[in-house]
Amino acid sequence: MSTVVSVHQLHKAYGPVKAVDGIEFQVSQGEILGLVGPNGAGKTTTLECIEGLRQPDSGTLRVLGMDPWLAGPALKQRIGVQLQTSALPLRLKVAETLDLFASFYQRSLPALPLLEQLGIADKRDAAFGQLSGGQKQRLFIALALLNDPEVVFLDELTTGLDPQARRAMWDLVLDIRRQGKTVLLTTHYMEEAERLCDRVAIVDHGRIVALDSPAALIRSLSAEKRLIFALPVSAAAPSLTHLPEVSRIERNGDQLIVYGQGDHLINNVVFALDQAGLLTGDLRIEQATLEDVFLALTGRKMRE
Amino acid sequence: MKSLLKLTVTNLRLYLREPITAFFIIGFPVMLVLIFGAIFGNQPSQLLGGRGSMDISMPGYTALILGTVGLLTVTINTSSYREAGILRRFRATPLSPLVYLTADVLSNQLMTLIGMLCMVIIARLLFHTHFEGNALSVLLGVILGGLSMSSLGYVIASLAPTARMAQVVGMVLFYPMMFISGAAYPSELLPASLKRVAEWLPLTYVTRLLRGLWFGGTWSEYRTEALVLVAILAVATLVATRIFRWE
Repeated sequence: MSTVVSVHQLHKAYGPVKAVDGIEFQVSQGEILGLVGPNGAGKTTTLECIEGLRQPDSGTLRVLGMDPWLAGPALKQRIGVQLQTSALPLRLKVAETLDLFASFYQRSLPALPLLEQLGIADKRDAAFGQLSGGQKQRLFIALALLNDPEVVFLDELTTGLDPQARRAMWDLVLDIRRQGKTVLLTTHYMEEAERLCDRVAIVDHGRIVALDSPAALIRSLSAEKRLIFALPVSAAAPSLTHLPEVSRIERNGDQLIVYGQGDHLINNVVFALDQAGLLTGDLRIEQATLEDVFLALTGRKMRE
Repeated sequence: MKSLLKLTVTNLRLYLREPITAFFIIGFPVMLVLIFGAIFGNQPSQLLGGRGSMDISMPGYTALILGTVGLLTVTINTSSYREAGILRRFRATPLSPLVYLTADVLSNQLMTLIGMLCMVIIARLLFHTHFEGNALSVLLGVILGGLSMSSLGYVIASLAPTARMAQVVGMVLFYPMMFISGAAYPSELLPASLKRVAEWLPLTYVTRLLRGLWFGGTWSEYRTEALVLVAILAVATLVATRIFRWE
């Protein structure tokens, strides 16, 4: 796999605030890499340096072999950018927007299929100001894909969208990757990162504190799973602590919560409850998420 | 070239869809002629050398349009596009800043000329105004005046931290100039102190140049005015390109 984006010792300060403090990572072709962290962690600044919109204080950046700050239009021809905050003239229509932006590029995709792919073809005669938040976001993604770019940068893609629109957006991103494009995105939704990213860089205070696949990051916590069963209040608590995978059990009204680790935990606990005739079919499994990884690495919750 | 054309056409389209800008550029000059024409009429007068009141006012009204477009439209549009993040969105594409600004200037100039033409035609039809100059000469004067006022607008838009501030600064500069420069009110009737202030106002030179050319004067007779406007254009363009901000 060839490297599409490489970031080496990136530093960027705004006055006394070190927004980015020595960030390093690489993105391979066809990969979705996510920069994940709370607001103000330095994700957007990092991304905007890579897009050539901000000049780094120091560090070496390469995107498709070019220095983004110096390459100018030559690089911008080959990348697609969705900015965290941007806008279009309120009275500019969707189809006109694509037509205008297409004139900035040497080559561009036909507008209508692109709008169809993004589900806003019926809005092509609507003005930007009449679009809903989700539709605006789709238009910005259409603009990011218009020049058939090799790398796509998505900054806080789903912020401000309702859960349904967010899921539709995730499918879009997976679609972009299926076309062989490389995606670098930022998000402060851990669920989004888990769902979309091949690898996740957890960013805090301008540094990367962990970088791996979501599954590997969660495994590295070696956190306990929780199995939650419904259990009639009258029923006696079963004895499960003899199982080597189980560390402790908790009784909470009509709930039985079993804590433990290991690959056979669920099997063995369910088997034991079934033997005791206590299995009601109402079972929920909770395990660590990227949210817990963040908490463990930084000692803080993501959103505070 | 393709993007310059598309951007210019897009700007013109947006102007026509935006009631406020359309008013400033086309409605305002027409309104000027209708109101002042109704008040003063255009009877030939000995005092005015056989011309009517509207005859002598037309170049001043033209200067007013150049002032509103340059100091209000350019300032407000540029700073609010920046504040909304529209310029950021353009910057993330290969579009060159020079092409963006050229398209902006072109569309503004074109709209100005259309507004001016509407005004001249209506004045002619309703008040039978006379035009004694060379049309090409006046056209060049309008373009020079328009470019110099617009270049000041880009400087204000770049200096002001917010769109609101840019709008306020544009208005504070424009409204006094409107009356003191001779554009809306004959400078001959101003007291000496205000006449001295007028010497420092850019719009004064636009008004004088246009008035001269309108009545058949030549560029060499209005060398000073032309040179002042070229100097304003050169300095303001230099400053604006240095301090222009995309975000």
